[in-house]
This record gives sequence, structure tokens and C-alpha cells, in this order.
Amino acid sequence: MNKIFALAGVVIKELYRRKDFYVLFVLSALLTCVASMVNFFHDDKIVRIVKDVCLLLIWISTLVIAIATTARQIPAEREARTIFPLLAKPVSRTEVILGKFLGCWLATGVAVLVFYVFFAFINGSREHAWPVAIYFQAAWMQWSMLAIVIGMVLLGSIYFAAPSSTVTIIFVVVAGILGLGSHLNTIALSQSEPMQSVISVVYFCIPHLEWYDLRDFVVYSQSLAPWVAVLQATLYAAVWTGIFLFLAWLGFRRKSLTT
Amino acid sequence: MTAIIQTQALRVEYRSRELRQPVKLALRGLDLEVCAGEIFGFLGPNGAGKTTTMNVLLGYVQPTSGMASLFGIDVRQPIARQRIGYLPELTYYYKFLTAEELLRFYAKIFGIPREEADRRIAALMKLVELEHAAKRPIKSYSKGMQQRVGLAQALINNPDLLILDEPTSGLDPLGRMKVREIIQRLKNEGKTVFFSSHELGEVETVCDRVAIVHEGELKKVGTVAEVSAGHDNLEKAFLQVVGFKSSSQP
Repeated sequence: MNKIFALAGVVIKELYRRKDFYVLFVLSALLTCVASMVNFFHDDKIVRIVKDVCLLLIWISTLVIAIATTARQIPAEREARTIFPLLAKPVSRTEVILGKFLGCWLATGVAVLVFYVFFAFINGSREHAWPVAIYFQAAWMQWSMLAIVIGMVLLGSIYFAAPSSTVTIIFVVVAGILGLGSHLNTIALSQSEPMQSVISVVYFCIPHLEWYDLRDFVVYSQSLAPWVAVLQATLYAAVWTGIFLFLAWLGFRRKSLTT
Repeated sequence: MTAIIQTQALRVEYRSRELRQPVKLALRGLDLEVCAGEIFGFLGPNGAGKTTTMNVLLGYVQPTSGMASLFGIDVRQPIARQRIGYLPELTYYYKFLTAEELLRFYAKIFGIPREEADRRIAALMKLVELEHAAKRPIKSYSKGMQQRVGLAQALINNPDLLILDEPTSGLDPLGRMKVREIIQRLKNEGKTVFFSSHELGEVETVCDRVAIVHEGELKKVGTVAEVSAGHDNLEKAFLQVVGFKSSSQP
């Protein structure tokens, strides 16, 4: 376990020594700050839409950080050939995969935390309300969803040739799931066979990332989601992450690193 | 004597990704044994199979058939590499880390306790004369300094076997001298050193035994005196083994 934590530590050090995170954070912080400070015609509805947009911005920023950071991990190790002295130590390829996953997940966890603390601070200072439990649920669910995404990206980075291809493909897949995932079953009902069965199969075979979006709870209903549902969603994320990491390990364990 | 490195009928084939390209045989049943406490030079022309052998020993490449072991443990098991140090030909390290952080990271990988790691890092930084730059990112180092970091990381676990791939290539005379000193020191401590090199004069000076591989096969193995018997020096013996004929000769 120490080896996995050591590998994760290097991933986190790399992230905070690069500029990606700071640029995204400053941009998101600026936009969140400006949008939250503006009181559009004293209309609560508009203010909520603005808050919704701020949370969407946090979602996009953390997704960008997660996907971009994870996609380059293993290809960069191979390209810079740092994988060679590493694997000459008593480290298995399984530990490399797990260490990379843990590092990326913890790093994006820090990003999620920083964004939510900032969002809560801006909102709290304006509305004098601190719904900490709601924020915690939203941040936790988002972090769980990012575990699935990071697992998916690690898998992609083993099979796709370049990090840019992995980033593009995963962005399209994630955007597709977030946009269409919840509607696939209703779309299936309106189709004739065999399309109905095909779409239904797709609906049950994809990881439903859209379930982790609690923006409506934070912005509109301002209530807690049932804790049991949060627990179930966490387990669902753990299962999907496990599947992706297992597939990544299958690809990586016998991959020739010298060609 | 105990065999530290052992390969038996080691065969490695590289399959081309392109259609109708023949399979490339990198190793054709290599049998090799390196014993405890010896300095072993692994020689051969480019493409002979030296790097492939090292890649198999380090677990980068899976053998097509045959067996390879370190300290009697199959090289496919990561624990086989617990007691080895490896210095690659070129420096491949995380350039955003400082030398101290890099050594600490590798110390964690080897499971060295923190206090012991601190002590070793300080000693190694002194050995490779990088104390003044220990807290600077590796990306700001010169090539020579990066190679010295490489040497330090290869020694962090106080290895019983050191695998060196062209350890002196690209080093200035001072750097070469330092590497030779370290190899000699390790020999005096009873460690085993396995290294590949094209510097035959150097091999002649430091090695107890040498092996010459050519076209994936072991052509000759023995002490330097045995291998160079009947020739002026090791270089002449090497050229004869690999079938080199000078164009200036009739």
C-alpha cells in the first residue's frame, strides 16, 4: 500500500507544480465571484440560474482537470521513459495503475474541495446561509463520479495512441452520458425493434454519470438527497471504477514498454 | 558459488505490427549465469541482444520462452527486484522533482523507513557530490548532474546486485572515474555488478568475467584472460567473435 501512496504522491506533486490547475481555478473563481455578486434585477429566479451556471462551471473545470491530468499519466511515463527506472524497482504494474488512479483521484478531490469551499463562501457571505450538508453531498457525489471518469481515462490511456485522442474520446463519451444517459430509456420506448432493444442495452451498460449531478438539490430545492441513495451511488461508482481499473490492468500488465 | 542472475534457454521474439513482416528473434536460447560478488561485463555489438536481456531481467519484456531469475526468483515477480539497483544509459527521472524528493520517492518504493532513508539520501548526495543542488528540481540540472542522480537512485536500497546499462557513456573523464570508483567500492563490499558496455578497455580493467553475445546467442563467456586468450587484448578477441573483418586487411 505504501508503494501506491508513494506513486500517488508523485502524481499530486506534478499537478500542483504545473499551471493547469491554477489557471482553471482562477478562471472559475473569477467567473463564480462575478456571477454571484451580481444581483440581476433583484430576481431570485435569475440569481438561482446564475448559481446553477457557477456549479456547472465547477463541474466542467473538475472534469477538465481529471481528464487532462489522468490522460497523460501513463503515456507521459512511457514517452519520458520514467517508467523504466520505476519498474526496475519492486513495483508491479498493478501498483502503477492503482497509484496513478489514487493520485489523480485525490488531486481532483482537492480541486473539488477548493471549488466548493469557494462557492460556499461566496454564497454564504451573500445569503447568510451555510447548508454544509447539501454542499458536502454535492461535492461527494461529484468526486465519486470523477472516480469513474478517472478509471475510464486510465483505461483509454492504455489503449489509445496519444493522450490527445484519449482526452477527446473521453470528453465526447462523458458529455454524451451526461447529456443523453438519463433519456436513453425513454428514447428506447419510442423506437421500434431492434433499435428499442439496442438502446435499452446501451442504457443498462453505461455508467450513469448524470445520477451524480446534485445541482438541483443545491440551487433549487435546497434539500438533502436521501443518504441511502448517496451510499448506493457511491457503491455504484466503486463498482464501475473497479471494472475500468481491472480492464486497464488487463491491457497494461503484458504491454511491451520498449516498442 | 551462488548464481545471482540466471537465464536458461531464454528466447525473445518481437512480432511486427505490420502484416507480412518476419518475427524478429532478439534472443535465441540464452544461457547465462552471474555469480555472487563478481563484476560481470556483458558485451556485444549493437543489436546483439544485450538490451533485450537487461529488459527481461528488469521485467520490461516478457520472454517468449525460457526462464530468467534474480536471486533465484522469477523476474516476472516484482519482489525479484527488491535487492537490485539499476542505472539506465540515459537519465529518465521525474524532472519536476528535486533530487532529494526523487530519492525519497524511491526509498518509499523500497519500503525504507524514514530515518534510514534520510541518512542514506544524505550519504548518497555526498557520494555523487550533489549536496548543494539537492533541493533544486532535476530539470535545472546539467546532463552530468542528472547522471549522478541516476547513480544515487540506483544505490538508494544498498543493492546486492547493480545492473548498469552503458554506465560511462556520455560521461566526462571525471564522471567515468567516479563510476569506476563506485564499481570498485561495490566489489570490495562483496556486491555483484552486471554491466553492458562498449568501452572494452574499461571492461578489461574492472571485470572478473565477461560474456560476448552476438545475434541473440552467447558466443563466449569466461574470465577476461580466458576470453582474450590467443589475442592481443579483449578488443581483438571481441572483434574475432563477432566476425569483424577490417576492410584494410587483404
